Amino acid sequence: MSKIFPKSANALPLQIVIFLAIAGGVATAAVTYYSTPKYLRVGYQPVQPVPFEHSLHAGQLGIDCRYCHASVEKSATSSVPAAQTCMNCHSIVKPQSPLLEPVRRSYETGEPVPWVKVHVAPDYVYFNHSVHVNRGVSCVECHGKVNEMTAVWHDKSHSMGFCLDCHRDPANYLREPKDVFNLDSPTLAAQGRLEKAHQNIRDWKIMPPQSCSGCHR
Amino acid sequence: MRQAYYSLVFLVLLTVSIMGLRGLRSTSAPIEVFPDMDRQAKYKPQAASKFFADGRADRPIPAGTVPHGRTAEADPAFLRADDFRYAGKTSDGSWARGFPSEVNRELLQRGRDRFQIYCLPCHGALGDGNGITRAYNMVVPSYHDDRLRAMAEGEIFNTITHGKNTMFSYADKLSPDERWAVVAYVRALQRAAHGSLADVPPDKRGELK
Ligand code: HEC
Ligand code: HEC
Ligand code: HEC
Ligand code: HEC
Ligand code: HEC
Ligand code: HEC
Repeated sequence: MSKIFPKSANALPLQIVIFLAIAGGVATAAVTYYSTPKYLRVGYQPVQPVPFEHSLHAGQLGIDCRYCHASVEKSATSSVPAAQTCMNCHSIVKPQSPLLEPVRRSYETGEPVPWVKVHVAPDYVYFNHSVHVNRGVSCVECHGKVNEMTAVWHDKSHSMGFCLDCHRDPANYLREPKDVFNLDSPTLAAQGRLEKAHQNIRDWKIMPPQSCSGCHR
Repeated sequence: MRQAYYSLVFLVLLTVSIMGLRGLRSTSAPIEVFPDMDRQAKYKPQAASKFFADGRADRPIPAGTVPHGRTAEADPAFLRADDFRYAGKTSDGSWARGFPSEVNRELLQRGRDRFQIYCLPCHGALGDGNGITRAYNMVVPSYHDDRLRAMAEGEIFNTITHGKNTMFSYADKLSPDERWAVVAYVRALQRAAHGSLADVPPDKRGELK
């Protein structure tokens, strides 16, 4: 009587189990890799109605972030500038540029320039720019090197873990308040002045919330 | 069994080639995996609205609006009744000279800070009109002309508030008190540009050489 299954078939159940385990591992790795904000958000760079370049204005021309994002150190939101801010210069600098047509139209009619928002916190998260900026947390910690970007992209994940990494131990991320808007400046820790950062934390009673109600109010 | 491993490797390659790696630039909006309460029926600052004709959720303040529940005693800024402080004018309508508050180190530092953000791009760090826009045919006067040195503080305040000819208003960026701080710093720049050795305290003169 000939055998239906060759002898090697005896190993098959074990091989199948091993394969399934490997396949399961790969699937888990894929989900972890692809379903967190590190993949979903980072790199999002929408097409803007005007090809405005931060690398030119904030980088090369050296305009301070607050010239345009005027409310960032005073309020929770960091306002995107109105058309008049652009027209301060562009009424004379390149006044005919076709790229600036939406800005000129907005200035004349009062209709907003339809900028596409890049960073959008979920509505159940309470975020405040001024508390961070005034305590020495620079834009670069949460937005990356905007002064080198042509069009802004989402550089950091802005997941809850990202916020908490800093909130648990902010000392390594702090700068001198005067360096906050200079995105190329080193942190106090990178200057070897970690002690100063700890002193600021004590003196100004810097206590980033870690309890849920701090950010989910 | 071998085929199974081959197809697994193929699947992995397929996924990576379709989905890409983390951090790649993409112009499509991020997918929200559990969008439960991410977008609620509320307006956030500078948001869009379908309800209002201009598409803005932020509403402009109607002309003549007065803050509710405040009194002139509790908050002197209420109604902005002080012409000197809020318009730079004296009671007879001429430009006021001097400052509505004490000029001290703190005010000047505030003024320098604000000047370097909002005025420096055009007027230059020294106020000589050599900002970055000079290269683009913008004609910016130097603060060190006799006309601007003789100008009343109130008129400079008014230029910041309402702009002048080709310079636009900075009232949306600077509060009235910040504008006065900037005026004080402009005065300091003018003084510095026309300083002489006599202005330097005797004990510091040695450092100049
Ligand atoms: C000349 C004006 C100007 C200056 C100076 C400027 N910005 Fe912007 N910024 C804009 C405009 C306009 C937008 C909206 C269009 C866009 O996203 O590119 C913007 C968008 C942004 C965004 C994305 C906002 C979003 O939609 O999530 C960030 C982050 C940002 N700016 C950071 C900075 C930082 C940091 C600096 C200083 C280094 C800076 N900006 C300087 C005009 C300016
Ligand atoms: C302080 C002055 C200043 C302000 C404010 C400013 N820009 Fe500019 N912008 C410039 C200069 C200078 C250039 C460079 C022109 C060149 O040499 O190509 C420029 C170039 C540009 C260009 C390229 C134009 C072209 O045809 O190549 C765009 C687009 C632009 N700006 C958009 C904006 C927008 C949008 C805003 C408002 C958020 C703004 N700018 C605010 C000074 C300014
Ligand atoms: C601690 C992290 C953090 C820092 C520091 C930070 N931002 Fe943001 N920024 C955010 C988050 C989160 C959002 C999204 C807010 C939202 O959607 O409500 C945002 C949004 C923005 C926007 C879009 C408008 C808005 O408010 O929603 C601009 C413009 C901006 N940031 C500019 C800046 C500038 C300029 C600085 C530095 C002066 C800065 N940010 C510093 C986290 C940060
Ligand atoms: C690089 C460091 C850093 C990051 C990243 C950061 N924070 Fe903070 N945050 C701080 C510090 C420092 C304070 C404390 C300010 C204080 O106590 O004066 C703070 C304070 C806060 C507060 C308290 C504000 C208040 O009004 O009491 C909230 C809310 C908050 N952060 C939310 C967030 C959220 C949401 C994120 C993520 C998008 C985030 N933070 C990311 C450093 C950070
Ligand atoms: C530092 C600020 C901060 C603190 C403190 C915080 N969260 Fe969050 N939380 C966030 C941010 C930011 C998000 C949005 C993350 C995102 O969009 O990827 C979030 C998202 C969430 C979500 C939704 C996750 C999802 O993807 O649907 C839950 C649930 C949550 N937080 C629960 C908590 C609980 C429970 C605590 C207390 C132990 C807490 N959070 C404390 C900032 C915070
Ligand atoms: C976008 C470029 C720009 C910026 C920024 C700017 N100015 Fe000017 N400023 C000008 C130009 C152009 C003129 C010349 C106006 C004219 O044609 O008479 C001027 C003129 C002036 C004058 C003289 C007005 C007169 O009576 O002749 C004063 C004073 C002045 N600016 C102050 C300021 C102060 C203070 C700031 C900062 C808050 C500032 N400017 C920011 C472009 C600018």
